Amino acid sequence: MAILIQFAIGLVFGIGLIVSGMSNPAKVLNFLDVGGIPAGTWDASLAFVMAGAVAVTFIGFSRVLKLARPFFADRFYVPARKDIDLRIVVGPAIFGIGWGLAGFCPGPALTALGFGSASAFIFVAAMCAGMVLARFIGQLPSSAHFVTPADPLET
Amino acid sequence: MIATPFTPMASFLGGALIGLAAVLLMWATGRIAGVSGIAARLFPPYEDREFAGRLAFVAGLVAAPILARFVSGSLPVQTIAAGTPVLIVAGLLTGFGAVWGSGCTSGHGVCGLSRLSLRSLVATITFMAAGIATVFMVRHWG
Repeated sequence: MAILIQFAIGLVFGIGLIVSGMSNPAKVLNFLDVGGIPAGTWDASLAFVMAGAVAVTFIGFSRVLKLARPFFADRFYVPARKDIDLRIVVGPAIFGIGWGLAGFCPGPALTALGFGSASAFIFVAAMCAGMVLARFIGQLPSSAHFVTPADPLET
Repeated sequence: MIATPFTPMASFLGGALIGLAAVLLMWATGRIAGVSGIAARLFPPYEDREFAGRLAFVAGLVAAPILARFVSGSLPVQTIAAGTPVLIVAGLLTGFGAVWGSGCTSGHGVCGLSRLSLRSLVATITFMAAGIATVFMVRHWG
């Protein structure tokens, strides 16, 4: 039952990505292209995606987290770290470059698989390789000398 | 570049659905709806027993366009301009960076900002700035 619910939640997320336009890399890149403002090609739509998503999540989280426990789990796994380390800047900086090159972030890239294009498969294969590599490097004992460990409760 | 129409209503509605999914996942599993973390943990090493649930969530993401096609009769517009070499480099950077920074647009952007997390705010500002700078260099420094 929990598995079926998680499939349905993924489906709602994916439909949200499609309805919002996030699943279209051209739209994402036109949003990131603030240099297109003078020419009128800037597409501000994705600011509305973020506004809609945060509005619902902010209200929803505050209510759900008042419950004693989640429906299918023993407790809530909410990240608690507050420190700003190098990783929380370097990681997103690298991710942002990849995002700006192709217009895909991880969610829309996975949803793009369902569109059936070869480009999406190539991107997702490379993305998964990058993910596995990052986890591998992060867990090397020698990494402890130059980075703080990731918070397993963050995503 | 390909011009795209400004769609504030559809984008806000779609965003609300993304938020609804994040709230439902927290209600059901007690976990953050961070796609990079969910996808990365489909690969070893396995630290918990949530594999099947994560796979089901990702299957839902992949099935969404198939459902959309079934309901509306056609696939929504999707334009991928990048060629294979760019897709590979971009994919590697996206996957590596999202995992290295413990989250992407969903985990930090949607869930983190909604939790008023300072770490997620720093992450979101950083990947937005890096994305904007990258597009600027690609499109306007030629």
